[in-house]
Amino acid sequence: MFGRKNEQDQARLEQGLEKTRTSLFGKLSRLVRGKATVDDAVLDELEEVLVSSDIGVKTTVTIIRHIQERVAKDRYLNTKELHALIRDEIARLLHQRPRATAGNSFESTPHVILVVGVNGVGKTTTVGKLAHRYRQAGCSVVIGAADTFRAAAIEQLEIWARRAGASLIKQRHGSDPASVAFDTVQSALARSTDVVIIDTAGRLHTRTNLMDELAKIKRVIDRQLKGAPHEVLLVLDASIGQNAVHQAAQFTRSVDVTGLVITKLDGTAKGGIIIGISNDLEIPVQYIGVGERVEDLQVFDAQRFVAALSI
Amino acid sequence: MFDNLTAKLEGAFKRLSGQGRINEVNIAQTMGEVRRALLEADVNYQVARSFTNRIKDKALGTEVLRSVVPGQMLVKIVYDELVMLLGGASKGIKHSTRPPTVILVAGLQGSGKTTFCGKLALHLKQEGRAPLLAAADVYRPAAVDQLRTLAAEVDVPVYALADDTGAVIQDAPRVATEAVAAARKNARDVVIIDTAGRLHVDATMMAEVADIKQRAKPSEILFVVDSMTGQDAVNTAREFNNKLNFDGVVLTKLDGDARGGAALSIRSVVKKPIKFASTGEKLSQLMPFHPDRMARRILGMGDVVSLVEKAQQQVGKDQAAALRKKIRKEQFNLQDMLDQLRQVERMGGVAEMAKMLPQAGQLLGDAVQGEKEKGFGRTEAIILSMTHEERARPQIINGSRRRRIARGAGLQVRDVNEVLRSFRSIRLVMKRAMKMKGRGRQMGMAQMMQLMQRQH
Repeated sequence: MFGRKNEQDQARLEQGLEKTRTSLFGKLSRLVRGKATVDDAVLDELEEVLVSSDIGVKTTVTIIRHIQERVAKDRYLNTKELHALIRDEIARLLHQRPRATAGNSFESTPHVILVVGVNGVGKTTTVGKLAHRYRQAGCSVVIGAADTFRAAAIEQLEIWARRAGASLIKQRHGSDPASVAFDTVQSALARSTDVVIIDTAGRLHTRTNLMDELAKIKRVIDRQLKGAPHEVLLVLDASIGQNAVHQAAQFTRSVDVTGLVITKLDGTAKGGIIIGISNDLEIPVQYIGVGERVEDLQVFDAQRFVAALSI
Repeated sequence: MFDNLTAKLEGAFKRLSGQGRINEVNIAQTMGEVRRALLEADVNYQVARSFTNRIKDKALGTEVLRSVVPGQMLVKIVYDELVMLLGGASKGIKHSTRPPTVILVAGLQGSGKTTFCGKLALHLKQEGRAPLLAAADVYRPAAVDQLRTLAAEVDVPVYALADDTGAVIQDAPRVATEAVAAARKNARDVVIIDTAGRLHVDATMMAEVADIKQRAKPSEILFVVDSMTGQDAVNTAREFNNKLNFDGVVLTKLDGDARGGAALSIRSVVKKPIKFASTGEKLSQLMPFHPDRMARRILGMGDVVSLVEKAQQQVGKDQAAALRKKIRKEQFNLQDMLDQLRQVERMGGVAEMAKMLPQAGQLLGDAVQGEKEKGFGRTEAIILSMTHEERARPQIINGSRRRRIARGAGLQVRDVNEVLRSFRSIRLVMKRAMKMKGRGRQMGMAQMMQLMQRQH
């Protein structure tokens, strides 16, 4: 569905990941400079490079172990080969997870998407950009403003809906979010809208009552439309550290997350988080945000990501 | 998922039992694990490395106290070092001698700046000041509305700029300077400038915030950072500091379960104090930063050494001795239990206590802790509804006395029974704990604390 803009997307992706690329592979080049073989000192520094890119301790240890095994097997590993080896490792880690499928096409309408996450990760912005994407692809879109908690969240979404050309279903600030979700799905059913995107309030995954509220929203949607929501997207800020795993686990427990959206990947060297997350979590990365423009929310493609990371 | 550092330290040092000293060989192995644990808590790699090197130097040759095992000694060294690195006592806002005091709030997108501004306004108001909020986030859709809503909640005015059509005028430095002038005119003694979130690599936006600084001349610049931030926290903080030379750091979203290693990283790289900790969605949930609490959090739960230290400080040695004597003579009564519970409360509540005790921490899910905190009031009410004689000699509390106590406390008879039942088990455990020696006694104490919580 989103195929047409492939080349543009690739260019933006490469641009957005530039810092990650130069940081990760640039450091790698520096650390092997003047050295012929991969020894313990190189591995030690490699650990630093990987951890500093937010790849995560567990994944880093895995990668290092694989390289150590290679060294042990071949008795010798040229530093020149290290580059390729690490790229292969990253590709392997990214590919072992199921590819994101939903979002590219859907069988029935309305296709309902629930967007969840902790505070400040960019949920509302993601909803706006997603709406734009589907509108560009020729779908009719209705957005549900179920973040009834944060001050001015509804106003923010109104602006996004207007920009994207989507309709918006809202109630008053402080009203029951499940009821907003209900209204949104009702409206989509009545007007046979193609895509429903429901924004929810940011909540820390440790707040039991708020997580229960989310589960209720999901139940209400399912009751009106069997099998909905078809997608539950967990939005994660790329600058997040090791807490991502906790968040994914807790949100999955309440609402069965189907895909991840990694936002704010542009600008800084934070692309490593995707590699760590792909290794640690069972949930595929669905979209990545590589810039502030509306078009900068892209469908995640592991192959392209690796390519953009190692040009 | 993440092993806690304390358990790692103690595990690594188990094999050392019988050795009275931390030496070069046995510490090298452990430091690798400590470093890994710190990384898992999101401490920056380089910070973690220099930290473990320092710990190594400190620990080498340290005589291990007879009362604690080497692992615990190391925990204590690590803990002390963490507290030191995280900074001494928390520092408040530096107020200008010529009002208004101008506070500039900056940070990345989504770090919680606007919410923090609302919280800070409330905090300052409660200190008797008259704040004014300046809406200098002129870019994010509805950011001004968000600030207005928060401001209305705490009843603080907002200064914002809009054109004739009501659209926001995108000139942040102008908003800031005009807000300061407006504050001077309207006798508001503090101006809090809420700025747009920006990436530290965005040159244009960083220039804008530098311009705001130059023109509004803040006496206090606060850098707001999400406690869940990973390895990049250091780069962000460094860049913001280079541009703004900020005065302090605000840690947000501390009510989650992130270990918050970023705090340590930022502190050690930019050498600026962490001034506030934001811990919830209510506007009242803002606290001065406590390095000791943060250190415990980074370490993970189960800091038995500091628990013992704290317990000693609070109870006082004489009192502790008196209590021990009572337990030995089986004279521990309900009044003593109430005193103990109050001590626990004073030490930061049961939840805080549970965090310091490994076994208790395991038993108590985060979810039930809130309930348990509430429970203290009940137990207190029940014991306070008893006569002095009943408190001293619980065995005389019969059916009719139970009914009277329940009525007095506004609770049910079964609640009274509950308190009496846990009192008996606590007494039993205490007695057992007294018979144990050394480490065993600490474990016994831990078990006792656990029981105290259960009866909540």
